[in-house]
Amino acid sequence: MWRSSIGKKIIMAGTGLIWIGYLLLHMYGNLKVFAGQEAFNHYAESLRTLGEPMVGHGHALLLARVVLTLTLVAHIWAAVALTRIAQQARPVGYAKFRPASGNYATVTMRWGGLALGLFILYHLAHLTWNVRVLTGAYEPGNTFDKLVVGFNNPVNVVLYLLALMAVGFHLWHGGASFFQTMGWRIAASRQWIRVLTGSLAVAIPVGFAVVPLAVAAGWVA
Amino acid sequence: MSEHVRLWQEGPELDGRVPPGSIENKWDDLRFSMKLVAPANRRHHHVVVVGSGLAGASVATALGEQGYRVSCFCFQDSPRRAHSVAAQGGINAAKNYRNDGDSIRRLFYDTVKGGDYRSRESNIHRLAQISTEIIDQGVAQGVPFAREYGGYLDNRSFGGVQVSRTFYARGQTGQQLLLGAYQSLTRQIAAGQVEMHVRSEMLDLIVVDGIARGIVVRNLLTGELRAVLGDAVVLATGGYSNVFFLSTNAKGCNVTAIWRAYRRGAVFANPCYTQIHPTCIPPSGSHQSKLTLMSESLRNDGRIWVPRHPGDTRSPDAVPEPDRYYFLEEKYPSFGNLVPRDVASRNAKHVVDEGMGVGPQKNGVYLDFSEAMERLGRATIEQRYGNLFDMYHSITGEDPYAVPMRIYPAVHYTMGGLWVDYQLQSNVPGLFVLGEANFSDHGANRLGASALMQGLADGYFIAPYTIGNYLAGTDRTAVTADAPEVTGTIADVRNRLSALLGIQGRRTALALHRELGHIMWEQCGMARTAESLSTARTRLQELRESFWNDLYVPGDAGSLNQNLEFAGRVADLIELGELLVLDALHREESCGGHFREESQTADGEAKRNDEEFSYVAGWTWQGEGAAPMLRREPLEFEAVRLSERSYS
Amino acid sequence: MKLHLRVWRQTSAEDRGRFEDYELDDVSPDSSFLEMLDLLNEQLLEQRKMPVAFDHDCREGICGMCGLMVDGMAHGPIPGHTVCQLHMRHFKDGDRIVIEPWRVAAFPVVQDLVVDRGSFDRILQHGGFISFATGTAPEANSILIPKDRADTAMDAATCIGCGACAAACPNGSATLFTAAKVGHLGHLPQGQPERYQRVVGMVDQMDAEGFGGCTNVGACTSVCPKEIGQDFISQMNRDYRRAMLGGAGD
Repeated sequence: MWRSSIGKKIIMAGTGLIWIGYLLLHMYGNLKVFAGQEAFNHYAESLRTLGEPMVGHGHALLLARVVLTLTLVAHIWAAVALTRIAQQARPVGYAKFRPASGNYATVTMRWGGLALGLFILYHLAHLTWNVRVLTGAYEPGNTFDKLVVGFNNPVNVVLYLLALMAVGFHLWHGGASFFQTMGWRIAASRQWIRVLTGSLAVAIPVGFAVVPLAVAAGWVA
Repeated sequence: MSEHVRLWQEGPELDGRVPPGSIENKWDDLRFSMKLVAPANRRHHHVVVVGSGLAGASVATALGEQGYRVSCFCFQDSPRRAHSVAAQGGINAAKNYRNDGDSIRRLFYDTVKGGDYRSRESNIHRLAQISTEIIDQGVAQGVPFAREYGGYLDNRSFGGVQVSRTFYARGQTGQQLLLGAYQSLTRQIAAGQVEMHVRSEMLDLIVVDGIARGIVVRNLLTGELRAVLGDAVVLATGGYSNVFFLSTNAKGCNVTAIWRAYRRGAVFANPCYTQIHPTCIPPSGSHQSKLTLMSESLRNDGRIWVPRHPGDTRSPDAVPEPDRYYFLEEKYPSFGNLVPRDVASRNAKHVVDEGMGVGPQKNGVYLDFSEAMERLGRATIEQRYGNLFDMYHSITGEDPYAVPMRIYPAVHYTMGGLWVDYQLQSNVPGLFVLGEANFSDHGANRLGASALMQGLADGYFIAPYTIGNYLAGTDRTAVTADAPEVTGTIADVRNRLSALLGIQGRRTALALHRELGHIMWEQCGMARTAESLSTARTRLQELRESFWNDLYVPGDAGSLNQNLEFAGRVADLIELGELLVLDALHREESCGGHFREESQTADGEAKRNDEEFSYVAGWTWQGEGAAPMLRREPLEFEAVRLSERSYS
Repeated sequence: MKLHLRVWRQTSAEDRGRFEDYELDDVSPDSSFLEMLDLLNEQLLEQRKMPVAFDHDCREGICGMCGLMVDGMAHGPIPGHTVCQLHMRHFKDGDRIVIEPWRVAAFPVVQDLVVDRGSFDRILQHGGFISFATGTAPEANSILIPKDRADTAMDAATCIGCGACAAACPNGSATLFTAAKVGHLGHLPQGQPERYQRVVGMVDQMDAEGFGGCTNVGACTSVCPKEIGQDFISQMNRDYRRAMLGGAGD
């Protein structure tokens, strides 16, 4: 089944759904920043102790990372495969081509996805692998401090906000595509799918954006 | 008739091989008496089917299902594009689902009467009997016929008949039935029973010892000519309305397959029976390449009129009521705008000829819905005719809700075609002809919603038996590709293609086709006289000379050359035109779609002459330049009594 | 009106092809786009040049034979129309019009504007039918079909197989075409026994023909002369998923 075009789309839909779920949890966690340094760091630490003592220290986090990595790889693999099929399906392009449909979100799906992939790498480098680029010195082990120091650099804030825009577009089209691929988008459901994916595409980026903005504005320090 | 004798030779009568017995039992009796081919032997028989419309696709499918090897040819890029696809209205069947008094007998009677008593009674009865099975077949194939809320099939009344027996799928019944047949054909192609050859055109019939043994086909993409040999040849290649250039037929519709068969000895019957449809959109200028039909149902609510005074150029809303000539309502008070197709058409022609035509070209009559909109409201009109109004608007650029539509008759269907007996076999053994390409069931005029019925009846339920009977009953010696008849026929085709390419004159095939259409429409169209037909004869001869002396076809025959294909078809249409005119000249009576002005009643109605003309006129090719031979099949009516039509 | 045409010319599948420019005078605004091309071809013949090859047949929008890219739009700028039903009144005097064939790998160019759409037929050969033999049909009214289901099936069945969907799709995908036939038969009770086998067969063949995949852009529906909707794609995806991952029993 994974060899077929629809099979690849189902992979994209399924992995995409996992990532939407992850983004919601991630956003929820980020918002703890407003509860203060102690609460936030406690939350960050709880990610490692999650499930203890049934599972070992950090194992739940590891599992989550493995799942996220695998789904992301699958998502990208399917996207690349579909893109290549699409390119092979039209080896000779039109001299003049006016897209008959599609909005900014559909058109930027592939480039937006690529941009997001690059951002994720940077984001991980910055906050997980602790590579010190564009960021000042912070207290090791203090996640709150790492975040605040990072966003004190306006470049990071801008990059972050740009990435969130891409996330919004990606969710807008990808959310609708999820329902289409799963076969749940029909005339009767079209309206609520529009509302749901539209809300997600706005709520998730906004939910994420308030943190760097608050840091940049000095409300979180 | 004596002064015309030099125009044709008299020949022996044709025998339709109608089985004996009562009309209700003929088909059953024959089916029982026909020979069968054992299932294991069927794969040893190869049947060549030309055409993939309703008749061609259905016969190829049915034969494939039975286990015969079938090769099917069409000139389009897919069998799904055959012109059956364009039929709008519906398909008749004597199901009597409406409980309104329909029956096999009534459908039979209506069809005989509609054909103005110029068809073979026994064939039509069989058609009416089979009609019900066609609907069952279509539904099983997945044809999405219109449904009632209860889930049962819906019916409507169509073409002025008094019962609701027409099944339909929106305005696309032909498309849906063709797709049904195409799907079944596709299944046989996938199963390897039918070999489908698209973009392939039959250019000749191979006859060996008087028996049809194959065809010569040109691959339209590569130009390759080859013989396809078979144990039987089936032509299901449609009608020849394009002899009039402007018609509602697809541009590709042509007479070549059956005309080539005619030139190889097959009898061509009743070519002068052509059907005119009254509600088409008039041509908008010399660029016009085809005409578009709009459903006849428009006449239910629209009122037809022209300005009373010739040369009146006022816009329609500025013409006051007394200056409007509602010619159908005035002449036929009881039927008004709902008179039959031919009557409506001739009257429209008459007023246009008198200078009362409307529109920029003065070539139409108004079909006015303003009164109906006042009476019923715009919403009702939209609901009834919305799609037709949209189509009209799209083609003409005029909004029919605001200004009256303009309509004019156009050629729509041809009842004539190759002569076939009761078993749909032509006089050439092994050559079967189905659907519009044969002459069989519609007499001098076809009832609305009957063309689809006939094509599918022939293809699914008649020919598969009679072809089997033929294959089982004859012992044919094998014909090989190097037989002189085979190589000779290929050589004939090659020479003809070279001839077309070799003229290198100045006129294009399109210009010549236009001229052909002009002659046919003006001199042999809705109304014909001995004089106009004689003029047509002369002008067609001149046109044929002009064609063969002054044609220009570019390119070569070794690749896709659309102009070459087209030129070959026009050449055949010109020759057919000559035969059509001769047939019209010989038939000194009016019947159905054939109206001779010399033969009309006091109130201008078509007047049949049953004494002299109650026969099928079958024409036989006698060689280049020789007068054709006329062979008659007398028509005898046992089950219905001949009566005169009256609509006044 | 006067037009400047830029038309794709290609003598054969092997030829690389090129654009050629033509000037055309006296085009009637009432003529159809194909009648305009007829006029161009008559002009070319007068100059003793090869006319432009293009596919066409019924010229009333139902046979699906015609199909051109007109100024970058499949079948031209008017929605719900085939190019044979497109009239020149939608253009202006002096317009430049670029005319190209469908550009899809699975529709190789044969000559000029003529392409080979045999891939569509082959997709349908992998299940685009109901398996039954002539003569076995039950009485028509023994199969009841609710009106709305019959209407939905008809919406899908109106597909004319012209190829505009694939031509306009940024991915060169034949998904709408395939979904239309899957939807037509899948909505009817007669189509149920083979429903899941059909969708797998047809989708796999669609892929094998080299069409692209669907990314839910919707260009196909926008250019479809019969305006066949995206719902059918969704339903085909659902059927395919059920066929592959279970749930095909319901």
